[in-house]
Amino acid sequence: MSLIDLANPTRFLALTARVLPWLAATTVILLTIGLYQSAYAPDDYQQGATVKIMFIHVPNAWLSMFVWGVMSIASLGTLVWRHPLADVAAKAAAPIGAAFTFLALLTGSLWGRPMWGTYWEWDARLTSVLILFLMYLGLMALWRAVDDPARAARAAAVLTLVGAINLPIIKFSVDWWNTLHQPASVMRVGGSTLDKSFLIPLLVMAIAFTLLFVTLHLAAMRNEILRRRVRSLQMMQASQKAA
Amino acid sequence: MTMSLGPYASFIVTSYAAAALVVVILIGWVMLDYRSQTQRLRELEERGITRRSGRNATELR
Repeated sequence: MSLIDLANPTRFLALTARVLPWLAATTVILLTIGLYQSAYAPDDYQQGATVKIMFIHVPNAWLSMFVWGVMSIASLGTLVWRHPLADVAAKAAAPIGAAFTFLALLTGSLWGRPMWGTYWEWDARLTSVLILFLMYLGLMALWRAVDDPARAARAAAVLTLVGAINLPIIKFSVDWWNTLHQPASVMRVGGSTLDKSFLIPLLVMAIAFTLLFVTLHLAAMRNEILRRRVRSLQMMQASQKAA
Repeated sequence: MTMSLGPYASFIVTSYAAAALVVVILIGWVMLDYRSQTQRLRELEERGITRRSGRNATELR
């Protein structure tokens, strides 16, 4: 099957029906390993056991940006290549991205209270991620507000691409401004500054959460294709009644 | 091997519980949505509304 075949929703449904059980099983296995490693990772000399919050905070923070990146590529697919599954992919990803961003904010806040002495600080990193969360909600509202999926798709694609400007701001906010949030310690020039005892569980959890996103996203895309079939059959029914 | 969460155990447990809850909600949402859409398609097909291709709308394989 070539890549172009995936442009056909029926073929996409057939392929994902075969792939999804394997993806779900791999996600469960990796999450189990990651949670076990996180539970028995040593305490940090400064943070103590609260370092365990990092094993879910960092993957969710990474996914909050990754999902918007996926939506931005899908938006290009809608506007430039008019790929029939591009807006399906963008629409299906938004609620999942919003959920991961919410978890990044919540777990960061729960880590901040014992470590910084505050749940929230209006610093550049926290504020830019909050803006990302609000953009996810705005995008979901836009999809709901416009009845015609094709019209909604174009407006949402433009909004998504404009919102992508926020991604480098989030990433480099800790370098550009004087923030309470610590600078990058995993993805940085010169390699990670983390000890292997923390880095390995963190990477396993990050891969597990990414696979979780892929699994949920493909399943949500299937649902969106079915929803559009329902819509077109309902329109067909209405036109038959009118004739 | 034992696991000690120290004085901030409630923050750690709440973080993991919240993550588990959100993931369960996401999985539930996807599964219920799938059930709802296939049910609606079946109802439409039972009323004789079929796709132009003539193929079953719930045909996924």
